[in-house]
Amino acid sequence: MKPTDIEDPEYFHKVIDCQFACPAHTPVPEYIRLISEKRYTDAYMVNWVANVFPGVLGRVCDRPCEPACRRGRVEKEPVAICRLKRLCADNRDFGLVARFPVVPSEKNGKRIALIGAGPASLTVARDLMPLGYTIDLYDEQAKGGGFMRSQLPSFRLPEPVLATEVNYILDMGVQTHFNRRIESMKALLAEGHNAVFIGTGAPRGRDLSDLPGRKEANQWIHIGIDWLAGVIFGHVSSIGKRVLVIGGGNTAMDCCRTARRLGGTSVRVMVRGPRAKMKAAPWEIEDAIGEDIPIVDNHVPLEFVVEHGRLVGMRFAKVGVGSETGGEEPVFFPCDEVLLAVGQLNAFPWIEPDAGIRFDRQGLPELDPRTLQSSLPQVFFGGDAAFGPRNIITAVAHGHQAAISIDLFCRGLSPLDRPAPQVNLAGQKMGVHDWLYHNQVTATERQAMPVRTKTKTLKDRLLEVELGFDQQVGQTESLRCLNCDVQTVFRADLCIECDACVDVCPESCINFVDNGTEEELRARLRAPAENLAQSLYLAGLTPSGKIMVKDENVCLHCSLCAERCPTSAWDMQKFLYLSAQAGQL
Amino acid sequence: MTFHRPTFRHPELPPNDAGYHRQDYEGGISTLCAGCGHDSICNAIIQACFELALPPHRIVKMSGIGCSSKSPAYFLGRSHGFNTVHGRMPSVATGANMANRDLVYLGVSGDGDTASIGMGQFMHAVRRNLDMLYIVMNNGCYGLTKGQYSATADKGSKGKKGRINELESIDLCELAIQLGAGFVARSFSGDKQQLVPLIKAGLMHKGLSFIDVISPCVTFNNNPGSTKSYHWVREHSEATNTFDLVPFQQTITTEYDGDTVQDVALHDDTVIHLHKHHDAPDITDRRQAIDNLEDHKAQDVILTGVLYINPNSADTHELLHTCERPLNSLTEDDLCPGGPALEAINAAHR
Repeated sequence: MKPTDIEDPEYFHKVIDCQFACPAHTPVPEYIRLISEKRYTDAYMVNWVANVFPGVLGRVCDRPCEPACRRGRVEKEPVAICRLKRLCADNRDFGLVARFPVVPSEKNGKRIALIGAGPASLTVARDLMPLGYTIDLYDEQAKGGGFMRSQLPSFRLPEPVLATEVNYILDMGVQTHFNRRIESMKALLAEGHNAVFIGTGAPRGRDLSDLPGRKEANQWIHIGIDWLAGVIFGHVSSIGKRVLVIGGGNTAMDCCRTARRLGGTSVRVMVRGPRAKMKAAPWEIEDAIGEDIPIVDNHVPLEFVVEHGRLVGMRFAKVGVGSETGGEEPVFFPCDEVLLAVGQLNAFPWIEPDAGIRFDRQGLPELDPRTLQSSLPQVFFGGDAAFGPRNIITAVAHGHQAAISIDLFCRGLSPLDRPAPQVNLAGQKMGVHDWLYHNQVTATERQAMPVRTKTKTLKDRLLEVELGFDQQVGQTESLRCLNCDVQTVFRADLCIECDACVDVCPESCINFVDNGTEEELRARLRAPAENLAQSLYLAGLTPSGKIMVKDENVCLHCSLCAERCPTSAWDMQKFLYLSAQAGQL
Repeated sequence: MTFHRPTFRHPELPPNDAGYHRQDYEGGISTLCAGCGHDSICNAIIQACFELALPPHRIVKMSGIGCSSKSPAYFLGRSHGFNTVHGRMPSVATGANMANRDLVYLGVSGDGDTASIGMGQFMHAVRRNLDMLYIVMNNGCYGLTKGQYSATADKGSKGKKGRINELESIDLCELAIQLGAGFVARSFSGDKQQLVPLIKAGLMHKGLSFIDVISPCVTFNNNPGSTKSYHWVREHSEATNTFDLVPFQQTITTEYDGDTVQDVALHDDTVIHLHKHHDAPDITDRRQAIDNLEDHKAQDVILTGVLYINPNSADTHELLHTCERPLNSLTEDDLCPGGPALEAINAAHR
C-alpha cells in the first residue's frame, strides 16, 4: 500500500465524517467547538456561509451528518449536530447582518433569473449578489421559501424562523417577482438574462389513480403535499376523525402529525414495506408514534371502499416476509379521509419541448452532475428539480455549485474548471498537556431534546414541539464532539519507535508493521479494521523499515499519541476545509 | 491541563478465554516521561496477562523504588499490589509467596533497585528459586535523580552530558543463571513481538523467571554513544531463538525454515518450542548459556530471547517442603492438631 497523501485535501476531509457526509460540507466540528465556547454568533456564521439556513436546518434538516458521526461508532449515539445548529441560531446576536458580505452598489451588468424561491434558488442568490450580479427571483407564492414554506408544518418550523433567514438574502437587493408563475420558458429566455437557474422543486405529489374507488372517493382523498400547503396557507382547517396516511416518507410523517392537530383522533400511517425500510428519518417516526399514531407496515393499498356515496375505509393486502402478496384475506381499515404521501414527481409543463433543454425518460433534465448545466448552456438546474426529490441541504449544495457554474459561465470561463476548496492545517499544541482544543473525551450520553407536552401541542398546530437546547445542555452536548477535524499527523522521519503512541492509544488504532496490500494489512492490525469505508493512514518508513498504519475508524482524536510522543513525530493539527464558493479562484 | 485517558475502547476487540477484556488488565495513565521504555513493558505485561487469560484478581504485582517500580500503577489495576521500600521487593515477595502460593507473583524492579541497593535481596531470591516472574526494567541510569550511571551501565557507554562510564557493568542475566534461576531471558522494550511471549513463558514457568528488559531512558540515556538507547539496541541486538509458547500441549502450526526445534516442557505440560540455528548453543546448559552471553558481549552484540531454562528447577516451596495448601488458609486445627498428634511426634523421637 502506498503512503497516504495528506497533501490531498480530500483525505483529511474524509476523516471528518460529518462534514464529508453533509452535501454542503458544513465544517461541523468547527462550529460545535464555537458553541462549546458559547460563541453562538460565530458558530451561526460558519453555518450561514456553508448552508445558508442554519435556523431552518437546525430544525428540519435530514441530518445526513448524524448517521455518519464517529461518536455513533465509538459510543451508542451520534452527537446531536442538528440540534446544536439550532442552539447557535436561537442564541445568535441579531446584529450579525453587519457581518454579511457587502453587496456592491455598482452592478457587473449581468442579469440572472431564478425560477422558484426555494432553498436552491435562494442559495444561488446569496452567492451571486455579493459578486455584483442582478438577480430576478420568480415564484408563484406570495413569499420566498419554496417548499420550506408550503410543506413544512409550523410545529416543526415556525414561520418567523424561515422568514428571517429568507429575508437575509432578499434584503441583499434581490428583485423579487412573487405571485408570478412562469408559464413559458421560451418567453423567459427571450427576456435576455445572462443565465437562468431553475429551482422549482418536485411540485407534483404522486397519486394512486389506478386504485378502485379513487374517483368516487375523490372528495375525501388528498395529495399530501398539496394538503399540507392548504393547511399552512389556511385553506384547510379540519379533517375527519379517522385518517389513513399512505406512505412511509417524511411527508407522511408531517401529514399524520398535522392531521392529529386538525381533529384527527385516530390517525394511522399505512406503509407498503417493512418498518425498517421506511424512508422517513427514525426521529420523525418516533415523534409520530409519540403522538399516538400507529405505523402499520407491510400493508399494500388495494381499494378505496365507498358505501352510500361516501368513503368508509380502505382495503389493504397484508404482505408476508419474502412474498408480494401473502395470499391472506385483504384487511379493511375504516376511515373518514385519506392523505396520500407516496412520493413526489418533477413537472416542467412550462418548459416547451423545443426550448432547447433535453429531458431524460424520467422527465428529469439532462445535466452535468458537477456543473448542473443543462443542454442549453445558459440554463442551470438545482434542488429537487435537478435529480428528483432529495432534501433542503442537498438543494443548498446544488445552489452553491450552480452559483459557481453561473459565475464562471458569465465570465466566459468553462464551468468544468471548478475552484479548489479553501483549506488550512494548524498545529494545536500549546504546551505540556495543553492543546488549543478541548481534547478530553467526555463519556456523557446524547442529551434529550426538551419538548412541549402533547396536550398543548396537539391543540395548536402553530406551537413548536421542540423547545431547543438551553445553553448549558447545549454545552454538555457540544463537548461530546470528538473534534474529528483535529487531525493526527505523523512524521516518520522523527519517529524513534518507542511504541508510546501504540501503547497509549485507547482505541488500538496505531500500528507499526511491515507493508502489504490494503486487504492483507487490514487483517493483521492490532484491532479489527473491517470498516472499509474508513481509510487507513499510512506513513513511513520508520528508521527500522516499518510503516505506521493508523485505522481512522474509531480514532477519538484525543491527542494522547501526540501527548506521549517524545519527538513530536505525532502532531495534532486542525484541518479546516471550506468548500469553494462562487467568486473564488 | 488535566490529563486523562478516554474510557472508550475499540468496540470490536474480543475478550480473552476467561471473558476478560484487555481493558480489565489496564491501570492508570502513565506519568513517566513520554517515550519511556517502561511504558512499553507495562503494555507488554498487560498484553501477556490478557493473552494468558489470567484472572486479574489472582495476580500480585510487587515493586521497589524508582521509575520502574512506580510503573505497577500503570498496569493490572484490578490486581493485588505492594510497593515496598527500596530494593526490598524480593523479600516482601518471598513473604507473600509463602503466605499464599496459589497466586501469580510478578515483581517489577529497576537496575538501581536490583543491581545496587537490592542486590543482596535479589541474589537470595534467585538462590531460593522463588516462584515468581522478576522483571528488571533496565535503562542503565538513575532517571529519578537526573540520570547518573547505574551498576548495569556498560563500560564505555556515553551519557547525555558526554561522560564515559569507566566502571564494569553487572550482567544481571549472568548472575541469575549462576545463582540458579530456572528461566532467564533478555529482551528490549521496543520489541513487543519478542517481549510478550517471554513474559507469558515467564509467568507460566514455576520457579524464578528472570527477564532483563533493556528499556531506554528517553530523557537521560537515549543519546548517541549510549549503549541503552533505542537506536543502539536496535542496531546491536541478536535473538538467540524465536519460540512459541504452547500452553497445555496444544498443537503448533508455525514452521521456521532451516531451523531445528527444541521442546522444553514446563511444570504444567506447557511447552516452549524453540526455533534456532543448528549450531546454536543448548539453552538448557548453564555453561553454554553463559559462554554464549560472553561471546556476544565481546562482539558488542546484545543477546536477546530465552538465554537459559532449567526444565527440572525446583521452587522454594519444593526446596523447603512446605505444605501444598497456602499457609494463610491453614486453620487453628491444622496448626494445633492436638494432644494425640503431639504424642505421636514425641513417640517418634523416643
